[in-house]
Amino acid sequence: MAERTAVVGVGQTKHAAKREDVSIAGLVREAARRALDDAGMDYSDIDAVVIGKAPDMFEGVMMPELYLAPALGAVGKPMIRVHTAGSVGGSTAIVAAHLVASGRHDKVLTVAFEKQSDSDAMWALSVPQPFSAPLLAGAGGYFAPIIRAYMRRSGAPDHIGILVAVKDRKHALKNPYAHLHLADISFDMVKDSIMLWEPVRYLETCPSSDGAAAMVLASERVADSSSSSRSPAWIHGMAMRSEPTMFAGRDQVSPKASKDCAADVYRQAGITEPRREIQVAEVYVPFSWYEPMWIESLGFAPEGEGWKLTDEGATSLDGGDIPWNASGGVLSSNPIGASGMLRFLEAAMQVRGQAGEHQVDGVRRSLGHAYGGGSQFFSMWVLGADKP
Amino acid sequence: MNPVRPVAVVSFAQSKQVRREDHRNEVEMLMPVVSDVFAQVGLTKDDMGFVCSGSSDYLVGAPFSFVMALDAVGVWPPMRESHVEMDGAWALYEAWTLLQEGEVDTALVYSFGRSSPTDLQRVLALQLDPYYMAPLWPDPVALAALQARALIDAGRADEKDFAAVAARSRRDALANPNAQVANDTPVEELLADEYVVAPLRRHTLPPVTDGVAAIVLAAGARATSLVDRPAWITGIDHRIETHALGARDLCESPSTRRAAQGAGLLGGSGAGGAVGSGSGGTGGGGVDVDVAELHAPYAHQEIILRDALGLGDSVRVNPSGGALGANALMVAGLIRIGEAATRIMDGSARRAVAHATSGPCLQQNLVCALAAEPGGGA
Repeated sequence: MAERTAVVGVGQTKHAAKREDVSIAGLVREAARRALDDAGMDYSDIDAVVIGKAPDMFEGVMMPELYLAPALGAVGKPMIRVHTAGSVGGSTAIVAAHLVASGRHDKVLTVAFEKQSDSDAMWALSVPQPFSAPLLAGAGGYFAPIIRAYMRRSGAPDHIGILVAVKDRKHALKNPYAHLHLADISFDMVKDSIMLWEPVRYLETCPSSDGAAAMVLASERVADSSSSSRSPAWIHGMAMRSEPTMFAGRDQVSPKASKDCAADVYRQAGITEPRREIQVAEVYVPFSWYEPMWIESLGFAPEGEGWKLTDEGATSLDGGDIPWNASGGVLSSNPIGASGMLRFLEAAMQVRGQAGEHQVDGVRRSLGHAYGGGSQFFSMWVLGADKP
Repeated sequence: MNPVRPVAVVSFAQSKQVRREDHRNEVEMLMPVVSDVFAQVGLTKDDMGFVCSGSSDYLVGAPFSFVMALDAVGVWPPMRESHVEMDGAWALYEAWTLLQEGEVDTALVYSFGRSSPTDLQRVLALQLDPYYMAPLWPDPVALAALQARALIDAGRADEKDFAAVAARSRRDALANPNAQVANDTPVEELLADEYVVAPLRRHTLPPVTDGVAAIVLAAGARATSLVDRPAWITGIDHRIETHALGARDLCESPSTRRAAQGAGLLGGSGAGGAVGSGSGGTGGGGVDVDVAELHAPYAHQEIILRDALGLGDSVRVNPSGGALGANALMVAGLIRIGEAATRIMDGSARRAVAHATSGPCLQQNLVCALAAEPGGGA
């Protein structure tokens, strides 16, 4: 049977367009050191290291974990490198959590990063392949038609995406680690920004960031005896699901893998009404419209009505009943490989009451979510303040 | 620590390992192998509780290369699935870990690697420290040659020993229909080869290979219901060393030895493999097995690995021909586990050890202990 597993330490970097002050090793150590400090541990306490990032071509280093082993104190220990596209930050945390849940290890350090400024993600996403149509448009061009399908299907009014973009940037102003701090963000500022991929405007898009995230995961025995000043965030459920990129009839707006993954994680956590039983959600929203889309897919609102939560301000820190992305989310910081782990990590911070200015009151349970590929890879966890 | 749940390899399949796959992409290479690995045990992907794969984008020259490879399985309805940017042996480790929890009983593990479209001499240089090493473009053969030279300088082996490893591997590969380099060439003849990078001659180098492989894992009673003689994983562990070559003794492989201890093959850890990261050391004794499949891409590395594991002369090493017979990157480690498991399943061995490596000069190593009995059959 699976062992109880908890997050006992979190750390992240200050995310920025270019972190030219640090090497890749310096970047991951910044996050790892903070996570260890938060857990009251040192590198020597750690049993194994699990690291994740998006494609290696984003930095131009093949399997960078080999070079990073000493920087992360992994020498002499097991080290695993995960890569599951955009969901990788979440998947990496889940792989690490299973090392504890399986009884294999007591203390696992998990790290995810991207240093996009070392290379060029748009280039790396668009390398010509024989016999394949080039994507060229990057991720935004891929997802825009899916968003248009959602708008048509749901009848959502045009301004919903703008509301999400404004809300998440306002949230980011309360998060000192966020990349974008747009103090004068407003509805008109987003509306007037250049249209990149109809209906996605420039300010409805995630930035390119350098950054890293790290967590220490621990067994019940370790969590119970932790010297950390913070209480643990217990894993109440975790799940991953994948489906193919393309086939006739595939619902790309609300993929079955997304719904299956959510159903699995809620079953484990005993959740039947996510909007009522979860107090804050950190969900992978790289383009504004993905908030209402995932609200529906994750069961926070019936199909076709997710946009109403956004429209009513239900997902805002400012008076909403179910804040989404209190940290500012992917729209405010996007070190791609780490973006998913940041969602998982922020979910832990909320349960542990350490989110500072963007803390939601009275969080007993939180959701961390990541997705990747062509909306086909999903990883999620539900954390709780109480032991499961 | 928990007792280990018995998990076994119940089937293994691989493509013919070739110098160049000109007419099939990765999906087309994988499909018949995935079909084969299921057909051997009468299962389909719908019977799998988990799918895990290993590969590297830098070999394909494309980001997210594992995404299209997933079409070889056809994960619909959606499946529990994950991927490591590593040799498939580590994907197997991830699957084995998940099976320990008891929620799922079966897993498909596969990996693919096509080196032919790339220039490995340059691509593998990109595995190195990006600030201090990679800009100098040290190629993998040159780094391996440093290691071989260190071994010679330490008086541990000579060029004839390297050639003997190559000659034996190529001869054994004659009995492996999937091997790429197979011939019966005397040591003296091999030693007449030119140096590629002294002291390494052509025959001490791994071939450049395109290939794929797949394994099905099953736990407990599920395994025994599928095959008469499952290859039980009695322990599995892996360790990494520092990246800085100058900080390592290249003649030794402490990470292999520590992984073997973690896998319950040497003293210093409870049988079965639950292990902390503490003790290492080089306690006495060697691994007691009938067969060893060692992922030694360069001939001299087999000598280092044999010493690290303390393999006696009675142990049959690399009856498949090993990585000198075929070395599809990201696949050759998983194949070692598959080959060792096959020796158990076909009754020719009771205990076996499989090994996989990653990184320059054996930086990272995985050791998997297999046996005909779940408890090890010792």
